Amino acid sequence: MKHVPPQVTHQASDGVLEILQYRALLWTFALREIKVRYKQAVLGAAWAVLQPLSLMVVFTLFFSILLNVSSDGIPYPLFVYSALLPWTFFSTSLAFAIPSLTNNAQLITKVYFPRAILPLASVLAAGFDFCIAGLVFCGMMLFYQVRVTIDLLWVFPLLLIQVAFTVAVAFFFSALNVTYRDVRHAMPLLIQLWMFATPVIYSVSVVPERYRALYLMNPMAAVIDGFRKVLVQGHSPDLWSLSPVAATSVILLWAAYRYFKRAEEAFADVI
Amino acid sequence: MVRRPFGVDPAGGDPTEFWALQDVSFGANQGEPVGIIGRNGAGKSTLLKIISRITKPTTGRVTVSGRVGSLLEVGAGFHPELTGRENVYLNGAILGIKKADIRRRFDEILAFAGTEKFVDTPVKYYSSGMFMRLAFAVAAHLEPEILLVDEVLSVGDAEFQNRCLGKMGQVAGEGRTVLFVSHNLNAISTLTKRTLLLDAGRILFDGDTRSALGRYRDIWSGNKGGGGEYSDANKRTGVTLARVITSEPNQIHRFGEPLTFEFEIVFAEKPKSGAFSFQIVDDQEKPIAHVWVHDSEQHWSRRGQVRLRCVLPQPRIYMGRYHLVTHLADRASLEHFEVLDGICPFEVVMDGIAREYPWIAGTCAYLEDATWSTT
Repeated sequence: MKHVPPQVTHQASDGVLEILQYRALLWTFALREIKVRYKQAVLGAAWAVLQPLSLMVVFTLFFSILLNVSSDGIPYPLFVYSALLPWTFFSTSLAFAIPSLTNNAQLITKVYFPRAILPLASVLAAGFDFCIAGLVFCGMMLFYQVRVTIDLLWVFPLLLIQVAFTVAVAFFFSALNVTYRDVRHAMPLLIQLWMFATPVIYSVSVVPERYRALYLMNPMAAVIDGFRKVLVQGHSPDLWSLSPVAATSVILLWAAYRYFKRAEEAFADVI
Repeated sequence: MVRRPFGVDPAGGDPTEFWALQDVSFGANQGEPVGIIGRNGAGKSTLLKIISRITKPTTGRVTVSGRVGSLLEVGAGFHPELTGRENVYLNGAILGIKKADIRRRFDEILAFAGTEKFVDTPVKYYSSGMFMRLAFAVAAHLEPEILLVDEVLSVGDAEFQNRCLGKMGQVAGEGRTVLFVSHNLNAISTLTKRTLLLDAGRILFDGDTRSALGRYRDIWSGNKGGGGEYSDANKRTGVTLARVITSEPNQIHRFGEPLTFEFEIVFAEKPKSGAFSFQIVDDQEKPIAHVWVHDSEQHWSRRGQVRLRCVLPQPRIYMGRYHLVTHLADRASLEHFEVLDGICPFEVVMDGIAREYPWIAGTCAYLEDATWSTT
């Protein structure tokens, strides 16, 4: 019996173009997440800042004051916050993006829209938190009288690379989570471990030279170090380690999206 | 245009595989409202999901031209923490209505739902009725070229269902292609002229609605209520046999046709004057008609056993499901010998009768004749 290869042809186009077509819905979902997260919380959007801020306080207390971890001559609170800021954006994005498909199982089985919008909306919502925490950081920069240089503009390409990598991870694991629900439970642990493998609490200079190349294969390591360099150390990021990360992130994003699209076909059946 | 063949190789197939749909192929033209009926598990919802791009067909192809709007569930995406207003915009966005359109019709949507007062209250405080009304109000203002509706009318009270049906009729009449899945056969017959009958994943019939409904009833209505007859031969006093003879088989009765009832009654002790009556009761347990006979007219109770035949020449009972409640009594003493409830189920249908009028369930108990004149 002849099998007709499966295709659903519509006049609407597929893939990235479709996401663009549905951008209003993407925006709506992101807004929904932000609103719901802060609706009944008295502190509201202050929670966006509390996480990196409280971590900063605890880390300063234990790692700087008690353990005397080196911070390359920069005041430790500033040192650690400049890394916590992008790191929190990364971890919050994943925390909400990875279960985003299973959390919206009802929608996925009843309404059509490109499913990629759900993890993307979570990343956008985390971006909102990032902006608020960023305002506090500006305050800190003023307080510590950090010299503002043109290198600050590197923040934008750094953000781009980070977002590309984050979205890649989000696509991959959110799709995987639909079939293997363990993923969502393993993620918090993975992210915690990941933080220790990234120069948030300590400086990259702590890592012995021999292992540094290996260490810098963690994309977030180069990115976080880059943020720290441009925000508080006043010079450009280490392009030697950053360029391969940028290339890797783009490739990973493309691969993760391909995987997502293929897994998407079965979402409504499996979820 | 929708066309999809599903292929399967039965010889090589895995016995644990389940094909929700097989060899389903059909097309629908622009502006055509099409009904899809079938038992539970026939594959109706799966069919809509595939056309909506929610599920991918294992084999086969779907070709759709035009924007598709799916109403597979009312209130999809409603979030309890958000207010009515926020949810209308959210749900509208999810259904694919542009924000500008929602804003323009916002008041209309609220008016349809009747929840204007609570528009800024979080939806978790709404009653389930309010929730459904608001959800449906948003969905009803969806205006795609192709609309897929799946059983959304099976929620809510009768009044709400009628309003939904009315709105569906309006939408279908605006030149939209509508694929309408429902168990409400009267709704299907009102809204569509063409119907697909699905069973176990295959198309059994694709043609005019009336024939499709007839086929469906022929095959399955008889299963409900285990036949229309009541019989209990062991009784000494009471009704031993009760039967309703409808105009169509399987206890389906076409409105206006003569309706016949037959009863066999026995008396252990012959009363001086007996009285027998039955009520026609609707599915809300409301009696619609009461018909009685005293034996002073025919002197049957002293016989000890009698078979009564009652013909209603032109019953104007409205469409719906009914059953009988019988009363057997002594007329003089008013002592009740026996009351039977819930026997002889039958269904009145309005198919093919004055189709220009949209028959909606629950509009009335019966239709009365009247003469109109101008003065």
